[in-house]
Amino acid sequence: MAIRVKQPGLLTTVQDTGRFGEYALGMPPSGAMDVFSYQVGNYLVGNEDGAAGLEVTYFGPQLEFTEDAVIAVTGAEMPPKINGEEAPGWETLAVEEGEVLSFDYLKNGARSYLAVAGGIDVPEFLHSRSTYTLIGLGGLEGRALQEGDELTIGEAGNRSNRVGRAVAREQIPAYSKETELRVIIGLASYRLTEESMEEFLNTEWTVTPDADRVGYRYKGGELEFVEREQPAGAGADQANVVDFGYPIGSIQVPGGVEPIVLMNDAVTGGGYATIGTVISVDRDKLAQTKTNDKTRFRSVDLDEALKARQERRQQMQEIRQALR
Amino acid sequence: MSSNIETGLPQARYSYGGDEYVFVELSEAMSLPVNFRAMAITNKLKEENVPGVTDICPSNASYMVRIDPDEIHPDDLISRLKEIDEEAGHIQDFELPTRVVDVPVMMEDPWTHETLMRFRDRHQDPDATDLEYSARINGYDSKEDFIAALLGSPWLVTMIGFVPGLPWCYQLVPPEEQVEVPKYVRPRTYTPERAFGFGGGFAVIYSVEGAGGYQLYGLAPAPVLDIKQQLPDFEDSIVFPKPGDIFNYRGIDQEEFDEIRGQVENGTWSYRKKDFTFHTNRSLEDPHAYNKEILGVLYGD
Repeated sequence: MAIRVKQPGLLTTVQDTGRFGEYALGMPPSGAMDVFSYQVGNYLVGNEDGAAGLEVTYFGPQLEFTEDAVIAVTGAEMPPKINGEEAPGWETLAVEEGEVLSFDYLKNGARSYLAVAGGIDVPEFLHSRSTYTLIGLGGLEGRALQEGDELTIGEAGNRSNRVGRAVAREQIPAYSKETELRVIIGLASYRLTEESMEEFLNTEWTVTPDADRVGYRYKGGELEFVEREQPAGAGADQANVVDFGYPIGSIQVPGGVEPIVLMNDAVTGGGYATIGTVISVDRDKLAQTKTNDKTRFRSVDLDEALKARQERRQQMQEIRQALR
Repeated sequence: MSSNIETGLPQARYSYGGDEYVFVELSEAMSLPVNFRAMAITNKLKEENVPGVTDICPSNASYMVRIDPDEIHPDDLISRLKEIDEEAGHIQDFELPTRVVDVPVMMEDPWTHETLMRFRDRHQDPDATDLEYSARINGYDSKEDFIAALLGSPWLVTMIGFVPGLPWCYQLVPPEEQVEVPKYVRPRTYTPERAFGFGGGFAVIYSVEGAGGYQLYGLAPAPVLDIKQQLPDFEDSIVFPKPGDIFNYRGIDQEEFDEIRGQVENGTWSYRKKDFTFHTNRSLEDPHAYNKEILGVLYGD
């Protein structure tokens, strides 16, 4: 054992990069919602890519360390405290045996990531340690952390030389209550009328309380489908299609109101028309939004999405180099 | 949707699902030929082990591929998919090495009945049961006749998903005999695990408890998902159904239901199943005759 959970926080789960290659079984990837923050945490503590950490949502846990550890907190601005003393985020920290890591109130963003040198050591399920709470697999017993849980840390050796390394200020994302998400319009977007597609892209949407690892639901407008005679197998409602696969980040509009962006723990398919997909880089941004935040969707083409991906990769390499 | 002049098949829509997915809608409408085409294309793509392809998901009238665009450009994948569609997708006589499986279901069981009665306010017809309503709108004189039709011909597993292990099944009958029902007006917040439901043109077994909008007809005693892999049918995978499986839903009574539940609980249950090579053209030409043969393979010794 190395971490004892004194208080679990609102929703704290073990996550890594995710469970890939099982989508055809109906298994969503799970994994860290904000991949950037999660990965940078691993760079800070000198972990291999893909080492498991904790995803901390909205309200942080209190964690007692039962051995010395090297840690980093990244992501949402929810300042970490060690034995009550505020410590910097986006920086490698030392925690001594018996000390308690807690978190101040959330100031910006939605999800923080705790990386621990050696990684959180829970059994792998289908080659991933990510928690998928809906059917209770991966992570610690397939669920969010609870009071009294004990977590093991993987073998790390001595990494105390890393303490004090920090991510350059200009590399740290600023989270805002107004977010723009880039989307590639497509999938079954032909189901929306032209006016409704315009409205979708021109509306400032508000994140509803229905915003979690499964997906984010928005309100603020009403969209209409092109009237058609429903094809065989689709069912009578104009919002319905013959059930098909949903990409992570895809946007659907059940009933024409309240668009939903599907995220890491989403259903893998179903019968609602999808109209586009949030590009992979911007899923990180989405993961740092919360109820009542404002969101706009901007249409981009594939080239712009791939360019954003390339720039992100380069930025991560720079951060990694600088922390080496 | 326009059609290909030479083959008469609908033109596929190729689309990017963000930067990490390619989504291909072969047709807006469900049919057996379109599902065979989706299966032929995705099976071929699997064989090719294309670098950068992480997930290949056949679905009912479409399919989806997840890629790492740093390894393969979505446009390169789409070009290859179009070629595969030319080579494999238009073949009328597609041979599918698969298996036929006996899937027991207790229709009108007390548990799903309790559930559907609890959510009457979300249903099209609060005064009827889901079975009575579905029978009526599909032109059956009685729910008994409707049940007989569902249990009378086998089904093709056309897609797995929604949640892990949930099979979508399309019945191997001519288009005019296909059952079609709407989903609930507003989805239920609860569905029992292993419920046998129907929505659009598809029968499903809910692999886990949870929300759902399909009409509820019965309950299966045996699981389709076993994350602990305790039953012999789940030795290789936590999920039992595979796209291309042929399921025959067989009506059972409470006594057999309890017996199977006992076997599931003590870890001895296994599905009755037989290997079978399915010929798509034979199924399309004379489905009922071919179904007889299929069931002969499953139940004959």
